[in-house]
Amino acid sequence: MTLTDVALILASALRLSTPLLLACLAGLYSERAGIFNIGLEGMMLGAAFAAAVTATQTQSAGLGLLAGLIVGVLLALVHAFASITQRGNQIVSGVAINTLAIGLTAVLGNAWYKEGGRTPPLPANVRFQTIELPYAASLRDTPVVGPLYSDLLSGHYIFVYVALLAVPFTAFVLNETRFGLRLRAVGENPAAVDTAGVSVERMRYLALVCCGLLCGLAGTYMSTAQSASFVTEMTAGKGFIALAALIFAKWRPWGALGACLLFGLLDAFAIRLEGATLPLIGQAPVQAIQALPYLLTVVLLAGFIGRAIPPKAGGVPYVKERR
Amino acid sequence: MNLPPRELPHWADVALVPVASVATAFIAAGLVVLAIGENPFECLKILLQGALGSGEGIGFTLYYATNFIFTGLAVAVAFHAGLFNIGGEGQAYVAGLGAALVALWFDSTLPAIILLPLGVIASALFGAAWALIPAWLQAKRDSHIVITTIMFNFLAATLMVYLLVGPLKPMGSMAPDTRSFAASAALPTMQGMLGAIGLKIPASPLNISFLLALVMAALVWLLIWRSRLGYEIRAFGFNPEATRYAGISATRITIVTLLISGGLAGLMSANEILGVQHRLSLGFVSGYGFVGIAVALMGRSHPVGVVLASILFGVLYQGGAELAFDKPAITRDMIVVIQGLVILFAGALERQFRAPLTAIFGRRPTRAETQAATS
Repeated sequence: MTLTDVALILASALRLSTPLLLACLAGLYSERAGIFNIGLEGMMLGAAFAAAVTATQTQSAGLGLLAGLIVGVLLALVHAFASITQRGNQIVSGVAINTLAIGLTAVLGNAWYKEGGRTPPLPANVRFQTIELPYAASLRDTPVVGPLYSDLLSGHYIFVYVALLAVPFTAFVLNETRFGLRLRAVGENPAAVDTAGVSVERMRYLALVCCGLLCGLAGTYMSTAQSASFVTEMTAGKGFIALAALIFAKWRPWGALGACLLFGLLDAFAIRLEGATLPLIGQAPVQAIQALPYLLTVVLLAGFIGRAIPPKAGGVPYVKERR
Repeated sequence: MNLPPRELPHWADVALVPVASVATAFIAAGLVVLAIGENPFECLKILLQGALGSGEGIGFTLYYATNFIFTGLAVAVAFHAGLFNIGGEGQAYVAGLGAALVALWFDSTLPAIILLPLGVIASALFGAAWALIPAWLQAKRDSHIVITTIMFNFLAATLMVYLLVGPLKPMGSMAPDTRSFAASAALPTMQGMLGAIGLKIPASPLNISFLLALVMAALVWLLIWRSRLGYEIRAFGFNPEATRYAGISATRITIVTLLISGGLAGLMSANEILGVQHRLSLGFVSGYGFVGIAVALMGRSHPVGVVLASILFGVLYQGGAELAFDKPAITRDMIVVIQGLVILFAGALERQFRAPLTAIFGRRPTRAETQAATS
């Protein structure tokens, strides 16, 4: 295996982990603020559908992105309303959003385009295009630098770079800004934040808006960049893998990057290994590799490889003390 | 002295709140139908006609309801202990493996009278076994049951893909199915059983599992409200801390409750695999496990409520199939929309309905009642 092969596998892992990373960071904003969010899957799916439909109707990828972001935020606000204002069960609300998104996208997609829920394929000029980094072509033949720069780093969709930049940005926001301090505090000890005169509800709503925006990006990436149309249930459990990655990351941004890249790499291997014969094991069942993220998460949750401690106030609606 | 807060009378709590939330869900679904450009009332008519307008339709409706009673009871039992078993889908899927293995191994050697109970028991045991690990992890290692059961749903799905495209697939077959079972592994149909006592009903997949489901609903009622274990389950769900001081083992309650829950979800496969499909195929659970969540929320975790909600979802499934046939613009995914709306309104936004209803029907408890409640 040459360095170019390695770079190509890593590049494919990077592409595959991008929606995971965006969704994982989305979950991070929500859960660090104390709102469990198993609705990531639905928020991504809804955004993917809105982006594909809008791009098709307006013939504009930019408007598609806008629609994806709006729907991502709207679904996040449904979750916010249910779990913050109505103090409903956050798990139930998340399940509702997932179910609603699966159903609505299929029904509307079929009613509008009559292709079994699929949206029409987007022509190349309406789809997001990959970006060649400067000098990528001329550096390609340089040893070491060439494969790493031209094959691994260059030639991705803008979403890949945005997702990568979102990691240091989130780390900065969370650890260095007042907003981040308050956000973490409402997830750990909302009463203290309340006492300090900051509205717990407002902080949590803001966190869910961030969550919705990131899910919107993830969904838009899937339907208007990675593929050229929306297909029913195209998120295929990525929202849940993102949650698993979030646990792996122990609710930290850099950890999220590591966990998502790991899961993306497993995915890239599973695709390459289909039908391939391995030394010692023989033909490995692809399912075994596909099952690894779920299995690892369970093992991690069991505390066998380090403890994952979620934010303390997660899942509990905050009730202001009666005056 | 402060007056005690206004309370919703019990009858309104068990009847009005769910009815109001489900009605809202249906109105919202009607708006979706309207947005597609169809007439909601006409669609409702086709749906009801398809589900209840013929003996065959009723048979299909009750056959679907059977699945929902099992998965709904599974979610409901866990709810009573304050546990959210979101893994009914995976538990039912693996349970199908249990039922299928019994049928595949013994359908040529054992008579039906032994084989069938064995198959049904195997489905419950496999379902319970798939709930055991998340249960143990929740009880002993404090891993969140919701996340572990979600992971176990995916693990079940990948395991079944592996088995059905590999070891369990008959030689020379392309389809991801097991071979068909012999006739001795088929649960008696309702048509056959009623025919034996001289009652003629139209053919449908409805089978003896429906009766089993009703028996299970009754047993769940006895368990939760008439047994010591049920009392402990409810006490644990109400206040886990307090039960610890009362000497009730949290580990035991968590594991036992989730085993019962997984077993109930698993019985769904008796209906599907032994009752109707007579072979194990890829993805046969197809969301029934998730409908159980909506059913339990709608039925407020009470067996009677669960049976009623299951029949309503049975109507939606059977009527929805007819509707999709008559109106190509409306696919069966419409049921998933309604399911999502029910979970949203009856589950997450339930308080929304409680406040105005309390304003209308609420009354303050009398001093005697307050004293009785606190003494």
